[in-house]
Amino acid sequence: MLLFNQLHQLNYYQMSTDTEAPIYTKPALEFKSTSFSVPVLVIQTPELKQIKHQLEEKIAQAPDFFKNSPVLIDLQYVNDTELSFELPPLIEFLHAKKLCAVGISSGNDKQIISALDYHIPVHSIHSSLSESSQENKNLSKPVAPEVTAEKTTKNAINTVENMLVSQPVRSGQRIYAKGDLTILSHVSAGAEVMAEGNIHIYGALRGRALAGVQGNSKSRIFCSALQAELISIAGHYKTSEDFDKLEQHQPTQVFLQDQALIINTL
Amino acid sequence: MARIIVVTSGKGGVGKTTTSAAIAMGLAKKGHKTAVIDFDVGLRNLDLIMGCERRVVYDFVNVINGEATLRQALIKDKRCNQLFILPASQTRDKDALTQEGVGKVLDELSKEFKYIVCDSPAGIERGANLAMYFADDAFVVTNPEVSSVRDSDRMLGILASKSRRAEAGEEAINEYLLLSRYSPERVKLGEMLSVEDVQDILSLHLLGVIPESKSVLNASNSGTPVILDEESNAGQAYADVVARYLGEDVPHRFIDEEKKGLFGKIFGRK
Repeated sequence: MLLFNQLHQLNYYQMSTDTEAPIYTKPALEFKSTSFSVPVLVIQTPELKQIKHQLEEKIAQAPDFFKNSPVLIDLQYVNDTELSFELPPLIEFLHAKKLCAVGISSGNDKQIISALDYHIPVHSIHSSLSESSQENKNLSKPVAPEVTAEKTTKNAINTVENMLVSQPVRSGQRIYAKGDLTILSHVSAGAEVMAEGNIHIYGALRGRALAGVQGNSKSRIFCSALQAELISIAGHYKTSEDFDKLEQHQPTQVFLQDQALIINTL
Repeated sequence: MARIIVVTSGKGGVGKTTTSAAIAMGLAKKGHKTAVIDFDVGLRNLDLIMGCERRVVYDFVNVINGEATLRQALIKDKRCNQLFILPASQTRDKDALTQEGVGKVLDELSKEFKYIVCDSPAGIERGANLAMYFADDAFVVTNPEVSSVRDSDRMLGILASKSRRAEAGEEAINEYLLLSRYSPERVKLGEMLSVEDVQDILSLHLLGVIPESKSVLNASNSGTPVILDEESNAGQAYADVVARYLGEDVPHRFIDEEKKGLFGKIFGRK
């Protein structure tokens, strides 16, 4: 079982069919990112006959569970065996069994093309996915299609990696956080702190701070005193020359509004 | 086990060698067996400040290369029998130092000495990195001006990430600030950073403020560690530093301007 961000892709998919929608004054839709769990079907043999047989057995055990259930097809294992595996018959079979394939992962070029022909999204290789397929391999030795149904929330948690730094960040040091970055001391001139999320500095910011480095324009920078060399959010930056002198020694936040960096005292 | 102290700064000319000589002498005079090592291979100065330049036979690089024993290379100070100097080589460069070789020498010294003071060269290259790599305590010598403060900050970053303690995941190096060439008069005029300004940037434990003093240059010229000049401000300040390092509670001096009467203004000694 794996959790992944998929809703926005599905929404986009539905929306793209509706190109002549009238313009409403109120927003008619909204993009949101959320996670939910989807069973992963790890294909372990290219033998379609075997797959069909064993999948039918599984469905017979819990017909309600599988009815109209989304399923993600993981092809890494079967592709590792270097035997060719045709995707369309499997998709047709799943469809007949009222299972909705919502994506493939680790497919080869040919499989990706077939998946797209069926309007099935292609997911890039997911580290937690290969982990779970590894687990499945160990669980059942016989070569069989496996529908994983256990719920593991473990994989969902480590998608955001926040970081806490309790020491001063010294000149010449660089810190990169995949999530939010919290610093309990100051950031010296000549130091550089970067985060894909927000940056909180409980001290003076004298070096460079770059928030939302992967393009998250909602991220912000907070600091107890803004004496920075450079601040940047999602690529929009200002250098110390552009700051207002009055703001320098007060708690400050920096955020992005209409493509412009706003510096506000708190 | 010996305590290994590195005297470092990043920037040159701030008083590392003066400080190394002074604190090594100070520790030795307190009765602790102390060795002071010059890591500035190629630009050797410590022997001059210690006044033993005419007694150098073997040096640090000879010991690392196995061309001399440690006993042969160590020079015993004539003023204090607890103090030994290991001079740098003047004919080689920093590449002659290897991490393994330095580690071996420090290990051997550790068996016999209580304190080992490593006089780091300026910069953040090999010599400076090896001087601080094995340290337990770091004395960061800083002048009250922006470039020195920034270089010290950079050095602190390196101390926190590239030392043996950092790599082994042990307790971090104790870092102490030593503010040298301080002149309260110039701070008052706004020409120099104050102790508070420097502390604001570096947030370090202040071990002492060494006032700007003519006696430092005189001491260097005569090959006497300034701490032996008990009359001078700088000598007294270094004595305070050593006492504080050893855990004594000594109030800070030389931070504020001295109040001088008319008599003092005319005849006052700096």
